[in-house]
Amino acid sequence: MNDNKRHAMQVSALCNGTVIDHIPADKLFAVVNLLNIPEMNNNVTIGNNLDSNKLGKKGLIKIADKFFTDDEINKISLVAPNVVLNTIRDYKVVEKREVKMPDRIDNLIKCNNLNCITNNEPMATHFYVSNRETNTLKCRYCEREVNINDVELL
Amino acid sequence: MKNKSFVSINDLTREKILSLLEAAEKFEENPNRNLLEGKIVGSLFFEPSTRTRLSFETAANRLGASVIGFSDAATSSATKGETLKDTIMMVSSYADVIAMRHKLEGAARYASEVSPVPIINAGDGANQHPSQTMLDLYSIKKTQGTLEGLNIHLVGDLKYGRTVHSLLHAMRHFNPTFHFIAPEELRMPEEYRQFCNENNIPFTETTEFNEEVIADADIIYMTRVQRERFSDLMEYEKVKNCYRLTNAMLANTKENLRILHPLPRVNEIAHDVDDNPKAYYFQQAQNGLYVREAIICDVLGIEI
Repeated sequence: MNDNKRHAMQVSALCNGTVIDHIPADKLFAVVNLLNIPEMNNNVTIGNNLDSNKLGKKGLIKIADKFFTDDEINKISLVAPNVVLNTIRDYKVVEKREVKMPDRIDNLIKCNNLNCITNNEPMATHFYVSNRETNTLKCRYCEREVNINDVELL
Repeated sequence: MKNKSFVSINDLTREKILSLLEAAEKFEENPNRNLLEGKIVGSLFFEPSTRTRLSFETAANRLGASVIGFSDAATSSATKGETLKDTIMMVSSYADVIAMRHKLEGAARYASEVSPVPIINAGDGANQHPSQTMLDLYSIKKTQGTLEGLNIHLVGDLKYGRTVHSLLHAMRHFNPTFHFIAPEELRMPEEYRQFCNENNIPFTETTEFNEEVIADADIIYMTRVQRERFSDLMEYEKVKNCYRLTNAMLANTKENLRILHPLPRVNEIAHDVDDNPKAYYFQQAQNGLYVREAIICDVLGIEI
């Protein structure tokens, strides 16, 4: 109960919506752009370089009346794999999840191999994680491996 | 996957590989079997490859099937800007199975996802050429009596050679020891060396190609060192004749040694090797017919 109270304090102004927490400070604006926040009409609060025990400095985004789909959340994991997503309803944190890189990444990133069929046909891309420790992804089509830091979003 | 396509050697289990090789043995005993009477095989070569196309089409004909298709994208509607998907959908309304070659990597995987009939990958760019790997495996098994525990020497272009990469993947089921013999610029990529480590496959690496290095080989798999692979042409001139196998080098090799090459060869195997009983590359190419008959029947669910 105390815990819940404390979360409610952190997200005080938010009645309903999402708080994206523990964003590495240097990734904050990448996440902002990835989620199309500049286009939103929702009430948005963005904070950066806040003190964090976990990260030293962190970024935080509060968006009123916005709940994210799995696809949108997957997208975040591609630039900032360990952010925490709090879903707020009626001033309470009803769900708290750590965003993790999914096993499969469907139609979110471009294959870096220009000779890959996905860059030459009107079709979706599909990647799966081939090594979680090294953050290596593999294209389902051309079977080339790529590091997550080298991928380009679609 | 909707149907039973044959796309990548990495999809095949040890059991699947062995059962395909067993079927191929039956086709070697008797290649003419009317198992596909009344069926139509689509042979779609978006990129020309005479050798592979003739092998697939001969396999289809020897099984009693008819063949439709094209041998060059220039004569297909792909030049009019038709998507691969549309071409595959059109042909699959006529053919019972499609063998396809394409210059783009992943083309066969994509085709297998959209096609209502099975797709056989006859080569997708630099990615896969799984029927080649199957005929390599067939040749190894046939000449050695087993696939288990062999000393396999891969020679030449180990960086870009897709046949050696696929062979390495497929052999992981059979406890091989590999010896990588290549110039520095064309050494086996880190990804595959790591693959060996992860799968406990012992390997050695050297830039020297001589009698001593091949003394304990069961299989020597030669590949072509291509000029266009070198950024430094001086380097090419230096190494181009270092990875050349001559008959004299074979004097002290093991009795069971056989020499394989995916062909075409240029000068990496001297012509005086051809008459040595250890030369196997021409029979190896012929074995392609039997494994392709086996593959076509397998994807169509036909028991032999």
